Amino acid sequence: MDALDVARWQFGVTTVYHFLFVPLTIGLSVLVAILQTLWHRTGDEKYLKLTKFYGKLFLINFAMGVVTGIVQEFQFGMNWSDYSRFVGDIFGAPLAIEALVAFFLESTFIGLWIFGWDRLPARLHLASIWTAAIGTNLSAYFILAANSFMQNPVGYRYNPDTGRAELTDFLAVLTNKVALITFPHTIAGAFLVAGSLLVAVALWHLIRNRDSADTPAYRFAARFGAWVTLASAALVVVTGDIQGKIMTQVQPMKMAAAEGLYTTESPASFSVLTIGSLDGSRELFALKIPYLLSYLGTGDPNGTVQGINDLQARYSAQYGAGSYTPIIPVTYWSFRMMIGFGLAAAAIALLVLWTHRKGRTPTSTWLLRAGLAMPILPLLANSFGWIFTEMGRQPWIVFGEMLTRDGVSRSVSLTEVLTSFTAFTLIYATLAIIEVKLLIRYAKAGVPDITPTPEPDDTERPLTFAY
Amino acid sequence: MELTTIWFLLVAVLFTGYFILEGFDFGVGMLLPVLGRDDKERRVMINTIGPVWDGNEVWLITAGGAMFAAFPEWYATLFSGFYLPLLLILLALIARGVAFEYRHKRPEASWKRRWDNAIFFGSLVPAILWGVAFANILRGVPLDADHEYVGGLLNLLNPYALLGGATTAALFATHGAVFVALKTVGDIRGRAAALAVRLGVAAAVLAVAFLSWTLTIRSSTAAVVLAVAAALALLGGLAAATVRREGWAFTGTAAAIGLAVATLFTALFPNVLPSTLDPTGTLTATNAASTPYTLTIMTWVAVFFTPIVLAYQGWTYWVFRKRIGVTHIPHH
Repeated sequence: MDALDVARWQFGVTTVYHFLFVPLTIGLSVLVAILQTLWHRTGDEKYLKLTKFYGKLFLINFAMGVVTGIVQEFQFGMNWSDYSRFVGDIFGAPLAIEALVAFFLESTFIGLWIFGWDRLPARLHLASIWTAAIGTNLSAYFILAANSFMQNPVGYRYNPDTGRAELTDFLAVLTNKVALITFPHTIAGAFLVAGSLLVAVALWHLIRNRDSADTPAYRFAARFGAWVTLASAALVVVTGDIQGKIMTQVQPMKMAAAEGLYTTESPASFSVLTIGSLDGSRELFALKIPYLLSYLGTGDPNGTVQGINDLQARYSAQYGAGSYTPIIPVTYWSFRMMIGFGLAAAAIALLVLWTHRKGRTPTSTWLLRAGLAMPILPLLANSFGWIFTEMGRQPWIVFGEMLTRDGVSRSVSLTEVLTSFTAFTLIYATLAIIEVKLLIRYAKAGVPDITPTPEPDDTERPLTFAY
Repeated sequence: MELTTIWFLLVAVLFTGYFILEGFDFGVGMLLPVLGRDDKERRVMINTIGPVWDGNEVWLITAGGAMFAAFPEWYATLFSGFYLPLLLILLALIARGVAFEYRHKRPEASWKRRWDNAIFFGSLVPAILWGVAFANILRGVPLDADHEYVGGLLNLLNPYALLGGATTAALFATHGAVFVALKTVGDIRGRAAALAVRLGVAAAVLAVAFLSWTLTIRSSTAAVVLAVAAALALLGGLAAATVRREGWAFTGTAAAIGLAVATLFTALFPNVLPSTLDPTGTLTATNAASTPYTLTIMTWVAVFFTPIVLAYQGWTYWVFRKRIGVTHIPHH
């Protein structure tokens, strides 16, 4: 084990951890804004209760997303300084713009929303949550544009004098076709998590306490969440399909690695499940759907999909001797888990809608158990999606331009990076336990009672909300 | 003006804004066990910064992003070279940020005490370490010809840098005390103002010593003028605090911090990270910069969006302009 390995583990662990909170922030900010808009439009108190209830869960999660996000920005310079030097001219710009344009909007207006219940006019308060939600979703675009440069570098040239990649066309970086399709895919994946959380929490209250005065509120939340889950699942599938075709063009090795496809095939079959030797020389068991991979990768059922062995030979000739193949079991399994967990959440959402049909309210405990698993499934799907897309990029840190091992900080010792990795792991694990316990506590507490707003001119009255 | 100079200025402005705004956040956090006698008072203090601390912290994220975009070599060398101090700052900011949001989520005293500790140390540690880091930037660090940091951790803990750390901690504590006095009513307001004066005297002594030492390391006429102005602003702020003119006192401490940071950046220019070894290792605003194309795009983005950000962030402070006291803290 050397400093490079630990730096890679640290980046992987801290990034996957950060992205446990991001999907809920992205999705739930909009869903809470919609709930508050419904209250604003209809005056129906159940929407206000749901806004405050899910708003609390949103904020418990939001805090974690904020503090783990700073680590991400610092880590490029701290652990990947040669990478930062190499791509700073291109990669730094979307990060700086993300902070200036999106993070200020998000953090300032979230503060206004949290503390503004009794200090802002109702419309302005509603506009605050929408502005924060827009900021959050906007930030996703800039960071994904930066990430897409690593997958499919565009809009730059390599300057041999400085040894750096230099920006030539910023618009090309922002409209990278990988970014354009990864953005809706990621946002849809985020709504899959947020919709599922709505369902899970509402179902728990519905099934355990059927005669509550708040049953209509929970019924609405369960059905609304289930529709959001289904709609986003559909969008995830459609965008994922387009992503697969783009990936086959720009990162054919990643597509081959997703499938464990060693030899070039036309037509290529989609592997549902293959168990074989790691080098692909022997298959022990294989369940395959003919033509499907060709269709997914190229849009043509008879299209050619490049295999790992041919690509490895091609890259060796192009970039010099070395391995250009990702770790196949990781890419193969993470790809399947992403799809499997995502579809499972959609299936449960369908079940929830079915059990709620024509005014019914579900009673079964097995549905409750399935519902409680619901937010965890798309969260895992999100994690495995990122593990797949980043591990599938290896050994490159910028595809075709820089190897991951060349991007690491040379001045950071093994001891230093072990110290930081241990420290982050410990504090993250501790906070995860605290966060989940708080979420469960507040989810169980249920929707709050609404107290009438006090007289606005009473200067001595307590604040509606305080830390 | 050269694009690289504009961006040096912008990075300086972003860090100045960060230290003025998060400076009082850190101060409030550091004084939590000193000024907050009971849970309600501590909640009053936390709620003075509650709606704004997160927006204040984005100044740091933007400063880091601007550094990355405009001066990648500076960002890369500095962040990898100052690895362990930055790690401590990150851990502190993580604990502090979560603490603000989670502290009031459970009623138990032990729960609140733990988060109070997180707020205290999460404010104290960065308040010291930012001073240590900026003092080292100004003093210069061992960089080889490839601009790689070759000193260890101990190299960063020199007497000058430690004085820098003590200075920022004292300045932020004073600034925080003044802010509490400005934003509260009742008993705590008077205690905060009295404490601000006492802390301010210590901060003034430290700041004068630190800035004088700074000017012996590298100096220019402008830096001397700014340093003197910083000292005068601090003294003016303290005088205002003594006569309980809290608005003026806050203006004074804010200006003192801003002018002190400006002194450092002015003394540093045109270097961004001087090398104490081979002079070719020194990073300057020119050799650390991005291409003119990137800097031009970023300039337009900054010109367009910075006024908007300033407008709505300023408006937030106006929305939450009312003083709060223990009577305003709800029971739950």
